[in-house]
Amino acid sequence: MNFIDYVQLNPFQKFFYKLKTFFVNLPKNIARFFKFIAMKIAAFFIGIGKAFKFYGVGFVKGSWSTKISYVIMGFGVVVKRQLIKGILFFITEVAYIAYMITFGWGYICKLGTLGEKHSSGGIDPVTGMPIVAQSDDSMLIMLYSVLTIFITILFLVLYVVNIKVNLSLDEKIREGGHVNKIGEDIQTLLDARYHVTLLSLPTILICVFTVLPIIFMILIAFTNFDRHHPMGGLFDWVGFQNFADVFFNEPKKAFTFQTLVGWTLCWAIIATISCYIVGVIIALMINKKGIKFKSVFRTMFVMTVAVPQFVTLLLMAQMLNDDGVINVLLRELHIVAQNDYVKFLSDSGGWLPKITVLVVNLWIGVPYTILSASGILMNIPEELYESARIDGAGPVVTFVKITMPYMLFVMTPALIQQFIGNINNFNVIYFLTGGGPPNDNLLNAGHTDLLITWLFNLTLGYNDYSLAATIGILVFIFCATLSLITFNMTKSSKSEEEFG
Amino acid sequence: MIKSYKLRRNLTNALIYVILSVLCIIWVLPLAWLIMTSFRGETQVYIPYIIPKTWTFDNYIRLFTDTSIVNYPRWFLNTFVVACFSCVISTVSVLMVSYTFSRLRFKSRKKIINIGFILGMFPGFLTMVAIYYLIKAMGLSQNLIALILIYSAGAGLGFAISKGFFDTVPRALDEAATIDGATRNQIFWKIILPMSKPIVVYTILTSFTGPWADFIMARIIMGDAKDQYTIALGLWTMVQKEYIDDYFLMFCAGAVVVAIPITALFLKMQKYYVEGVTGGAVKG
Repeated sequence: MNFIDYVQLNPFQKFFYKLKTFFVNLPKNIARFFKFIAMKIAAFFIGIGKAFKFYGVGFVKGSWSTKISYVIMGFGVVVKRQLIKGILFFITEVAYIAYMITFGWGYICKLGTLGEKHSSGGIDPVTGMPIVAQSDDSMLIMLYSVLTIFITILFLVLYVVNIKVNLSLDEKIREGGHVNKIGEDIQTLLDARYHVTLLSLPTILICVFTVLPIIFMILIAFTNFDRHHPMGGLFDWVGFQNFADVFFNEPKKAFTFQTLVGWTLCWAIIATISCYIVGVIIALMINKKGIKFKSVFRTMFVMTVAVPQFVTLLLMAQMLNDDGVINVLLRELHIVAQNDYVKFLSDSGGWLPKITVLVVNLWIGVPYTILSASGILMNIPEELYESARIDGAGPVVTFVKITMPYMLFVMTPALIQQFIGNINNFNVIYFLTGGGPPNDNLLNAGHTDLLITWLFNLTLGYNDYSLAATIGILVFIFCATLSLITFNMTKSSKSEEEFG
Repeated sequence: MIKSYKLRRNLTNALIYVILSVLCIIWVLPLAWLIMTSFRGETQVYIPYIIPKTWTFDNYIRLFTDTSIVNYPRWFLNTFVVACFSCVISTVSVLMVSYTFSRLRFKSRKKIINIGFILGMFPGFLTMVAIYYLIKAMGLSQNLIALILIYSAGAGLGFAISKGFFDTVPRALDEAATIDGATRNQIFWKIILPMSKPIVVYTILTSFTGPWADFIMARIIMGDAKDQYTIALGLWTMVQKEYIDDYFLMFCAGAVVVAIPITALFLKMQKYYVEGVTGGAVKG
């Protein structure tokens, strides 16, 4: 399709055209992606080679103190009259070696087997007493090994920095340049290298509490850490066993997984679209010209966003209970018989609870849409409406041809974000139904369980950690792919065209 | 002709008023019921009529005095402490990271931003097992410090919105200050921060309200240590099977007490929320 044809399409057609081209190009892009990765890996190794060459040359050409610094970190720096910096380097090296000898190396060695010592070793043949041996804790072995690898990488970085500093100092001395004093170095941390100062604390926190757990979880997915292997005990590597189980190996697990994936997607699609449509319509009504008390209406809706979600959800769960106030109301209005009630959350067929959670989610989610849609509605250029009115378009036509496409255009990324949020919508399901009513066909899951609540219950209630980690990885891969596609789409659409 | 047009417009407007009012009632009714129940005199959980027959203030009084099993004041204090600390840490790290990404130019900046973006997409609670063990290895399980760390550690990844805001502050200001001899540190504290009040307030408020609403992490870390519970966990406990018969009315009162400050903060923040969301969305 030529550009000129493309421009003439309406936004919906454009959207579908983009979608089509996305899928048509998918194989090509995947191939390109792998090629890209391969190239990156190659570049990585070439980079390492180059680095070795660089430091080798540095070793040969460097001054004698630099040469010693290759073994004793910081030596050359001290000699070149940067005392404190050099001592700091040296202390790091000593600390690292001490850490590895006393602690780290032992754990790294055990990483391959995840420990072998059992605590329930039986009875000592000599004394007749039960053997009390310190058992290996596989989980701790894994954790400390990962930590040690982290620390090692950090140390290597510092080592390279040490060499670089030495080489640059050599250079400076040769050229008769000025050697920084420690005070001046600190000064650069506030100016030229300010990014180091600002980023170091957040980076450390993120590494420990985000990156480390992710690596750790990925590792757990490849073990058999479940309720048969209690915490504090031993477990083993099992390779891709867990993934195979989830997809086809174990019928009940696989069936549960498929059912929950189906319901999760279904829930996310319906929840996102329904909140969007209802929210936009209400926002339009509030923002219509000639409507007074706009801010009163808006505040009323926004108030429900403000109240913490768990409060409203726990409340709703009580209201929708079999004896709850909604059923009382229905009885008073004679919609249901006096002793009867509607099983909003407990109907064992599963359909009514599903519909109920979707409706309650509407109550929760619509105010958010109103909030963001109001802002966008006010930004639609007034000229568009004016010219449409002059051309004789009525309110319905302006809505379908101007408002709707504009909103969709601006809000598509937000909608996809919301879709991902709904896939992981723990609160609504857990607080309303807790995943129930129970479904005997599924493994430890109920009718309204999403993948995320299933994961939570597997972790906390059933101690099936490896299964939970496997599901976590799968969910993450799906969400991350979707996010990256959105990210790229918005980037391309930003540079490509203006709304028109 | 003109008259009928006016009539039609008034009719549609009237219809819209009616619809909006009905919707508002639907949206506000559950909250009204919550407040009403918190003043209810009848002690059983479910009553077969809607308007209570007796009214009392007892539920609130019990909430703050009867602390033997359900220690609401303690939970409130716990949450407040956690919220304050994690608010300080998160705000500082978010502002630092977004200023760096917005203003400073350094090697592989683009790459670091992309890594941050991808990491930021990862829903933190997927790794709850790992975090639980990490906290246990640090000897912090069933400890409020653990919650502070968990809530504030990943905050730096939420840089997108405030970076978008910093991008809109004209760079000419920085350049002028640099010519006058200001370091980047001074520029950050004396020029950028004072000019970015909305985004600073927004960041403070979001990171303060976060811990009040979180349930998952608190549940994983705290286990059965009731003294260390946060509000969300505590209120959830109050409507579990073993407790609901005795504590449902106190739950309602407790929910009202926690909802009031959070709602007030949020309504104050609403202006910034809209600005931040739309500004960030357009900027990307």
